Amino acid sequence: MRIMDNMVPIKDRLFQRRVSLFSMSLQMVMAIALMLACAGTLLGGSVIAGELLSQEEMLAGQEEFVPISELPPEDRLPAAPLLIAAYSFVWVVLLVYLWSIWRRLTKLEKEFEDFTRTVSLRKTGPDG
Amino acid sequence: MIAWAPYESTMGLVQKIFYFHVPSWMVMFLSVFICGVASIFVLFRRSYRADRIALAAAELAVVFGLIGLVTGPLWARKAWGVWWQWDARLTSALVLWTIFIAYLLLRRYGGPGSERLAAAVALFGMANVPFVYWSVNVWRTVHPKTTVVPSLGPGMSEAFWWCAGAFLCVYLLFLALRIRLEENRLEFESLHLTSED
Repeated sequence: MRIMDNMVPIKDRLFQRRVSLFSMSLQMVMAIALMLACAGTLLGGSVIAGELLSQEEMLAGQEEFVPISELPPEDRLPAAPLLIAAYSFVWVVLLVYLWSIWRRLTKLEKEFEDFTRTVSLRKTGPDG
Repeated sequence: MIAWAPYESTMGLVQKIFYFHVPSWMVMFLSVFICGVASIFVLFRRSYRADRIALAAAELAVVFGLIGLVTGPLWARKAWGVWWQWDARLTSALVLWTIFIAYLLLRRYGGPGSERLAAAVALFGMANVPFVYWSVNVWRTVHPKTTVVPSLGPGMSEAFWWCAGAFLCVYLLFLALRIRLEENRLEFESLHLTSED
């Protein structure tokens, strides 16, 4: 009997949750777009930097230092793999975290749909 | 902008890890601070909203701390010749990260009432942040001091602050998402209980 009394607020609350879950999905799309925009800007910056600046210009502000290319071979370690590994790791962690939120959200949505169906069945009764 | 930024004199290319290593720690400290402040409200006002914020912030502190803890050794391997040093900064940062792992484990497996115990752990974690930050100035360590960021040269400074801003935006978006996920989960649980009544 009480479930029938609570039906209207539950329906309202279900609707609010549905809207909230939908806007969360939109927010996730925004997060992906923001991350892609950051990556695009970085990539664009690299291309522009490569086109606009010659090697001499890139080293112009550093004449007081010993350029890495002039160091003896034993003092050099391959830096690019470490940099790429670090950069990739940042992306992997952020995307995995975003995926974990997505997964939890999908699970919640599914449970929510099941619950909505159960509540509707209880309201109408098994015979409709 | 990272590609455009000048090469550092002694470390060369690998120094560019700096542009995401330092922002990740900055965001981690911010997250710890948010979690700590929210935990004060959980402990003294028993605020449910603050509890949701604290949980979301703790989870993100672990995520961004992990980025800092992994990118640091990749940089250190080239700069110092070793992956890890048990010095004051690195050890205290690792301890801070494990405190928030403990927080999440408590929340996950602590059972009813664990949120208040976890809030106390978060306060302890927040109290650790000044020690982690100042450790490089107080103790002898191979890690650079806190004066590096304010003394960045032109080119490096813009790239760094752009990256810090990007990390902050991503962090705030993740935080908002995580808080809303938790709100929806709790509301769903409440709906279940209401319907069972």
